[in-house]
Amino acid sequence: MDDKSKIEIRDLNVFAGKTQILKNINIDIPKNKITVILGPSGCGKTTLLKCLNRLTDLYPELKVSGQIMIDGNNILAAKEDIYKLRQQMGLLSQRPYPLPMTIYNNISYALKLRGIKNRRETHKLVMHYLEQANLWDEIKNRLREPASRLSIGQQQRLCLARGLAVNPEIILADEPTSALDPISSQFIEETFVRLKTDYTIVLVTHVLRQAKRIADNVVFMYLGDVIEQGSAEEVFGNPKMEKTRFYLSGTFN
Amino acid sequence: MYLLNRKQRHVVNYTWMIISLLLVAFLPFLLFIGLYFKSVLLLHDYSLFDLIFSKSWKPASGQFGFYPFIVGSVWVTLVSMLISAPICLLTAIYVTQYTRKNFLRIMHPAIDILAGIPSVVYGLWGILVIVPFISRYLGPWLDVKTMGYSILAASFVLSIMIIPFILNILIEIFKAIPMELKEAALSLGATQWQTIKHVLLKKALPGIIAAFGFGLARAFGETMAVLMVVGNVVKLPKSLFDPGYTLPALIANNYGEMLSIPKYDSALMFAALLLLAVSLFFNLVMHFFIVRYNKF
Repeated sequence: MDDKSKIEIRDLNVFAGKTQILKNINIDIPKNKITVILGPSGCGKTTLLKCLNRLTDLYPELKVSGQIMIDGNNILAAKEDIYKLRQQMGLLSQRPYPLPMTIYNNISYALKLRGIKNRRETHKLVMHYLEQANLWDEIKNRLREPASRLSIGQQQRLCLARGLAVNPEIILADEPTSALDPISSQFIEETFVRLKTDYTIVLVTHVLRQAKRIADNVVFMYLGDVIEQGSAEEVFGNPKMEKTRFYLSGTFN
Repeated sequence: MYLLNRKQRHVVNYTWMIISLLLVAFLPFLLFIGLYFKSVLLLHDYSLFDLIFSKSWKPASGQFGFYPFIVGSVWVTLVSMLISAPICLLTAIYVTQYTRKNFLRIMHPAIDILAGIPSVVYGLWGILVIVPFISRYLGPWLDVKTMGYSILAASFVLSIMIIPFILNILIEIFKAIPMELKEAALSLGATQWQTIKHVLLKKALPGIIAAFGFGLARAFGETMAVLMVVGNVVKLPKSLFDPGYTLPALIANNYGEMLSIPKYDSALMFAALLLLAVSLFFNLVMHFFIVRYNKF
């Protein structure tokens, strides 16, 4: 096991009733890299992501077993501080869901949950995170407007800024560009590439081209199984498994 | 084979739609205008201010003061809302956020049964249970003299009646909030209660106001159950334990009787007009708040 792994998933199984959504998953996610989880729809990518920040707790019908080690702690076992745990990760979902507040408060609410109450510091950090998400210049005069008035692309970047504002070490992104236009998608991708020096990024996508553009590390999943994983060069350049080859060549069915 | 060709059928359908639309759109106006012309006889002889704020109700000697009825109606409505609103809100939050989905499947029929009970039955229940409870237990316990038939009794009965209506709407509103919004708040490290308090309630606010407005309008117009337990005494109620009289009860109790008294039927029409006007006012206020809070 190489010591640069940020997240190690061991023997993870998830059942919804009698259907097995994830089958004996073992994945190593390296630190400060973009790890792309690739696969066709319905292969369990989203569920895998929800296991990582224990949003699976919301769905009592899901039974999760196995281990997910983050920096050596098994987060599936740790019952006590699930809120701290979630603050280690910023989440970006398929469609943007801004909180029903102003643009400013979307970020400051995350800061408040982190324990920052000082107004000047809040001010500074709101600006900082909006800049990080590549949004500040566009909206600096609209901070008191409801977040829902932004365009979808801007909303998604606001959600990214909000995710960063909890000061996470990991960014979880679940097909974050699937609802966005090409330019907004590009914004998000560029931001990810810039952010990976400070964050470990786990990106779920079914867009092959996106994976090829930004992935350092690739996990290919199919119907709840991990078929192949490794560095982007290995998986894209010289796939070992037949299923991976089919998916990469676009002849998958 | 059709009797008419496609174009003709289109015209027929279209005409029907327009007619039904006009009916729905103008019915309130027609009602308003009709009531106005029926009560114009009264309005001709008395000033609007006197009618609304005079306390003396002696139709036989030509005194028509609606103030006691208005106060009675407002008291009963507000107190019943005060009782039912928190119950409905907390129940809706609990049922949608803290229980499993199967629980709702049991809850829904129960709520629907409550909503379907005729108001006379609620009134009877009020006479048999609530009124004696107030006169024998609650009154003596609080050291208040009361015969049980009171504003409070009417409010109790009324609140039980409107709970299922408000609750059903609230549950739908909370169910309509996307799961992902909840996940977004939780992923920031918010607890479930923080998520509910800061995010879900805020998102649901316009809907909550609309639901309460709906309940308020129902409570204000409810006739049967209220007139059975409110006491029907034309007097300004000094406390919740005093009997009172409401506008709908006034109309229901007296219309068709004593119409030989001059201007009496005109006065009852005016009561109906007041009822309509107040409902309209509630609606406008609610609408204002819904627009005001719907920006997120």
